[in-house]
Formats: sequence, structure tokens, C-alpha cells
Amino acid sequence: MMFDFGTWLDLPLIWGVLVAVAVFMYVWLDGFDLGVGILFPFAGDHKERARMMNAIAPFWDANETWLVLGGGGLFVAFPKAYAILLPALYLPVILMLLGLICRGVAFEFRFKSDTAKSRAFWDATFHFGSLFAALMQGIILGNFVQGVEVANGEYGGGPLDWANGFALLTGIAVIFGYALLGATWIVMKSDGKLQSWARQAARYILLFVVVFMGVVSLSMPFIDTRIAELWFSLPNFFLLLPVPLLTLGVCIWLWKDLNRDIEIRPFILAMVLFLLGYIGLGISLWPWIVPFEYTLWDAAAASTSLSLLLVGALLMLPIILAYTAYCYWIFRGKSSEESMY
Amino acid sequence: MLPFELDGVLLARIQFAFTISFHIIFPALSIGLASWLAVVEWRWLKTGNPVYEQVYRQWIKIFAVSFGLGVVSGVVMAYQFGTNWSFFSEHVANVIGPLLGYEVLTAFFLEASFLGIMLFGWGRVSKRMHFASTVIVAVGTLISAFWILAANSWMQTPAGFEVGADGLLYPTDWLAIIFNPSFPYRLIHMILAAYLTTAFVVGGVGALYLLRKKYKEHAKIMLGMATIMAAIAAPAQMVVGDMHGLNTLEHQPLKVAAMEGIWENEQGAALRLFAVPDQENQANHYEIAIPKLASYVLTHHWDGEVKGIKNWPEEEHPPVAITFYSFRIMVGLGLLMILTGLIGAVLYFRKQLFENRLFHRWVLLMSPSGFVALLAGWFVTEVGRQPYLVYGMMRTSDGVSPVIPEQVAISLLAFIIVYSLLFGAGLFYIIKLVHKGPAVNKKPQRLHKPGRESAVTSTLTKGDA
Repeated sequence: MMFDFGTWLDLPLIWGVLVAVAVFMYVWLDGFDLGVGILFPFAGDHKERARMMNAIAPFWDANETWLVLGGGGLFVAFPKAYAILLPALYLPVILMLLGLICRGVAFEFRFKSDTAKSRAFWDATFHFGSLFAALMQGIILGNFVQGVEVANGEYGGGPLDWANGFALLTGIAVIFGYALLGATWIVMKSDGKLQSWARQAARYILLFVVVFMGVVSLSMPFIDTRIAELWFSLPNFFLLLPVPLLTLGVCIWLWKDLNRDIEIRPFILAMVLFLLGYIGLGISLWPWIVPFEYTLWDAAAASTSLSLLLVGALLMLPIILAYTAYCYWIFRGKSSEESMY
Repeated sequence: MLPFELDGVLLARIQFAFTISFHIIFPALSIGLASWLAVVEWRWLKTGNPVYEQVYRQWIKIFAVSFGLGVVSGVVMAYQFGTNWSFFSEHVANVIGPLLGYEVLTAFFLEASFLGIMLFGWGRVSKRMHFASTVIVAVGTLISAFWILAANSWMQTPAGFEVGADGLLYPTDWLAIIFNPSFPYRLIHMILAAYLTTAFVVGGVGALYLLRKKYKEHAKIMLGMATIMAAIAAPAQMVVGDMHGLNTLEHQPLKVAAMEGIWENEQGAALRLFAVPDQENQANHYEIAIPKLASYVLTHHWDGEVKGIKNWPEEEHPPVAITFYSFRIMVGLGLLMILTGLIGAVLYFRKQLFENRLFHRWVLLMSPSGFVALLAGWFVTEVGRQPYLVYGMMRTSDGVSPVIPEQVAISLLAFIIVYSLLFGAGLFYIIKLVHKGPAVNKKPQRLHKPGRESAVTSTLTKGDA
């Protein structure tokens, strides 16, 4: 059995969009539960922490699956990029995975431990695992944006090239970004004392998010002249102006909502903020998959392979989105502090 | 940097072997437990007997630990192809990439999403929907096994592709790729292995309770169902294993020679029960063998010819000792499982299954046997494939990433530390859940009100405040 849509579809483009969407779904969804992990130890007391945990417990597993789709999608659709980027980012990727492992099992073990000491241990594992995973994801992003050294079609740089100032900046930016998603998620899923605490945390974090988004955006044009040209040449400048303006508008709206008794919209606005940031990055990096070395078309897999998986993606993604929505619907409403089993 | 030279390929191989061996334990248990839990919940809905519910609610916690460990260690695998085996990934992505993609799209999301309902959905969905979620998760684990074993089998018996001018592999026939020659055997062999592994874990817990004279009704369900599974699946596994072996003989005769420890071509080859293979001198020491039996097993003729390892050049030889020993461990445990199933069945018909304490002790002793046999089996097939990564196509030493060995040494050390800690903790909590036993005499709690009601309550409290 063999078929090929490559003659009448731009498969690398379609797959570039699909992988970007998968990564973005990951950032959105695992972003809020990693964010809850980042905020976790700062909550008032044990009961509130239990409530925070319960607010994400039914979802984190499926959220993390988007990371597998993102990584798997890169492997399938752009094997060249996968084979260059992962060795280049060897240590951050491994450290991110270890962070995710620690926090993931902490969910299970925390629910099962009955001494205060062991629970405190898994709480710490949960927090630091989340924090670490977020930092490493930001570092990976920062290096992806800057591009990596390529020689003879494979990674040609050193083992610690990823440890640089810009990557650290994006690393911290992602921590604050996830914390904002987490805080607004808690605003939505809680009430009373925990909710007002989350509101306050979200306000505080929003200020940092604005600062870091600003600094990262302003340093982007300095990474490569092509990015500078793209944003600052005419008429591009005016065509692209809505992106930063909308971002600013959403920040102000979110700030106002956080000062009012609105429960659901802050989370949605935080997600929109992420979307705008992501679109901004996408515009800057278009059409690179290994920035400034390989475009989507240079790194794409065989069109027969892309065709086969496209059938699966088009059939399955709507179904996946439908039952994901169903699961979120089942667990709607405020989370409780009681044990969930 | 270091006073000695690190071998990057060896480190990458150890890391892969370590992380995947750790990983496979959990999916194997999850595959078995998910199917079993579906049966238990079905019995509960059918009979209304609360004992089934209590058994379900106890084991779902163990399932959650196993599933969680499987998920987090599985994410590692999706990235490790790139971090450590980038040359391999780039060259075979066109062929096996879509298979892994289908695994994510058709199985991973399904399992992860409905697991949430299975674990936390009590009272939020109807009993029927909860049962449906359990079945969906169980089916998801089987779909996942289908795709990952298709990809793994393709690496053993590659088919349906051509090598392009650029050295990359290109697919020519998807059905030939997915249903490659060793796939059907490997899939059934693995699913039966997962079911047997679970049966012995569940049966062991039942036996423990009977020995302690606790939770007798629950223990009967556990030991009873486990015995049925062992009595049927263990003999079936022998038949499937034999077919799988013959398939390997056809496609990877060198691996079979290593499994049997046969160096020279032999007519009427003896079955080595024990031997110490010596890779350097290409011979065995301290052989204990049954004449002609290996020929009979492999060719089904007492005087059939079995090709020896020396038939192939030395640089093609897999590590014989590991392959040889692992195979013996797997088969030995398999035979003990068949014996256990048979004795269990006989005891059942004599109405002694729940009374015979010696048998309970034996089953308890056998409870980890599935894991050991499973890992041994994977060692046979994966070590026996060496020195190839894609059999006959790409050598393992050619598949690695251009990362320096020191990096791999660091990551390997980190994996060993973190996994040991987590494995220890996971085992500790599972044993604790076993000791705690099922929650008897507790009315099924309705901890959660459906969302709409609780939304109403929260508006009320807000109004009050």
C-alpha cells in the first residue's frame, strides 16, 4: 500500500503547522499544570495545596502527551531537524525529561503517602521538578530561536553551547509565563481564600511576564539581521504592528480582570497572551525549522511518510480534541481538597 | 578530562537498555491490569457484588502508580531516539516514524484522557460511562502495543523499503512495513507476556491474603482469575513462543544459534540445558545437554540441521552468553508458569485452590516471575540482534548521535539515580497498597458532586461571604 499527496499538497508546510500546533497545545496545557507546580509551595496551607493538586490531577497526563506528539511529530515530519536539535540540546532535553519524571510521579506518590514527612518530600519533588522542567523548556526555546551550529549536516557545536545568557532569559521568562497560566487556572478552579491568593499571585507574576516578554521581544532583532528586517522594514512594520499592540492590550485587560471578581476570563486571556507571543516567535522564525540552517522544506521527511501520517492526523486530531474537551467538561467546576480516589 | 577513554557507543547502549528495561515493566503491568480491571468492573456491574468493586478500587490505585511510571519513563523514549541515536533516527524516520506517530494519535491520548475519568470520575460520570472509560483505556494499551511492536519488529525483520541515493530509507509498501515478518508473533508473544505477568502479580496478592487469612472473598477473585489466566495463557505462550522461535530461525538464524549456544553446524543438535559460552574461543564449557532435542525443537526432525554461530563471520556475532542465559531464564520461568497453571486448575477442580497453603506459598513466590521472564525475553531478542540496530542494515555503532561520551556518562548516571529512587518508591507504595488491602465495609464514597452542582454550591458560598 502506497500513496503520495505530495504532488498536490505542500506537505512540509502542513506538517510545519501541525507540529507547531502540537507544541503550542503542549505549552498551553502542560503550561498551566507546570505553573501550578511552580506556585505550589507558596500557597497558604496543606489544604490549599491539596486543592491545587486536585485541580490538575485529572489532566496532567493527557497534557503531557502533547509533548510526545510534538517530539514525535518533529521526528516523523522533520527528521533532519530532530537529528540536529536533540544532540545539540542534549543536556537540557535530558534534564527537562528528568524534571517531568520527578513531578509526574510525585502526583501518584503524594496521594499515597500518609506521613507528613514523605508528603513534604513529594511536594518538594513536585515543585522543583516542575520548576526545572519549565526552566529547561525555556532554555531549549532560547537556543532554538538563536539557531545551533551545524557542520556536515549534523550538530557541530560543543556540549555546553546551550548555556548562554539569552537562553537563561527565555528560561526564566517561561517560568513566569507558566506560573501565570497556573495562577489564572487556580483562580478559575477555586474560590475563597485560595482564589484571592491566586489572584494576587497572578497580578504579581503578570508584571514579570510583561517585563520578560518585552526584553525577549526587543532582543530578538539582534539575534539575526533577517529578524530585524522582517519586523522593521516597511510596510511589514505596520502590517505586524497589531501583534505587539494586541499583546499590550491583553496585558492591560488581564490586569483589570485580576483586580475584579472575574473567574474564567483571566485564564483565557493568559492563554491568548501565550498565543500572541507564540505567533510573534513564529513570524520571526518563519520559515526555519533549524533556524538559519534548514527550512521546513529542507528538513522534511519523504512525502509518502508525511502523507500516511497526515491521514491519521486528520482523522484522529478532531477525535482527540473532542474527547479532551469532554474530559475537561467532566471535571469542570471548583476543585475540592478531599482525596480524589 | 578523564584518565580513561569513555566508549560513547557502549554508554549510549547501556543508557537505552537501562531506560527501556525500566520502562517496559510498567506498560507490561498496565496492559494486563487495564484488561483485568475491565473484567472486574464488568463482573461488578453484572453481579452487583460489592467485593468486585472493592477489588477494583484497590487495584486501580496500583494501576495508577504503574501507569504514571510508564508514562513518564515513556516520554524519555520519544526523545532519546534523537538525543542518543540521531543518525539512526534521521535514516529510518521515513519508515518507522509514521508508526510511532500513529501510536501517539491512536493510543496515547486515548489512554491518558480516559485514565483521568477512570481514576477520578467516580460520581461525575455514570457507572456505564466509567466502565466504558476502563474499557477504552484497556483497548488503548493494546493499540499502543500494536504500533510500538510493529516498529520494534521492523528493526528486527525490516521490510517494505528501499535505500535512496542519499542513504536514507524510503518506504515502498506500508503494509509490508507494519506487518513485517516477525510482527504478528512478537505482538501476540508480548501481549500474552503482559497478561501472564499481571496474572502472577494479582495471583500472588490473592495468595498472600489467603495465607494471612484476610480479605478472603477478595483473594478468591484475585487467585481464581489469575489461575484461569495462567492455565490458559501459559500453555498458549509456549505454542506462540515456539512459532516465534521458528520465525526467528527463518529470518535471524544466527540469533537462534546464539540462543541455543550452538557454535558448529550440527545434525541432530543437542539441547544445551546449561553451558558457559566462551565468545573468545567460540565454544561452550561445562555443557549439560539432551541429545538431538534442539534439532527436534527447531526443525521438528530429530536429525534436522541447525546452523552454528561459526557459520557467520565473527564481526556479525551477538554477545552469545547474554543471549544464551536470558533465553534459559525466560523458558525456565515459562515452564514453571505452565506448571503453576496446571496445578492450579487441578486444585480448582478438586475444590482445593483456595485451601492449599503450599500452593499459595508457591504462587506468592512466583509473583515477580513475569517481570523477570519478560525482561529476559527482551534481552534475548534485542541483544541477539546485535551488532545491528536495524537487522542486516545498520550497525548499532553507526546509529549514534554526535554527542561526546562525557555527556552520555552524566545523563546515564542521572537516569540511574532518579530511576532507582523512583523505582524504590513505586515498589514501596505498591507493597503498601497491597498490605493495606481493599477498603471493606466502606460505602462507595461520592466525594465529588457533578460539576454543575458544585458550581451552584460555590456561588452560594460566595453569596454568603
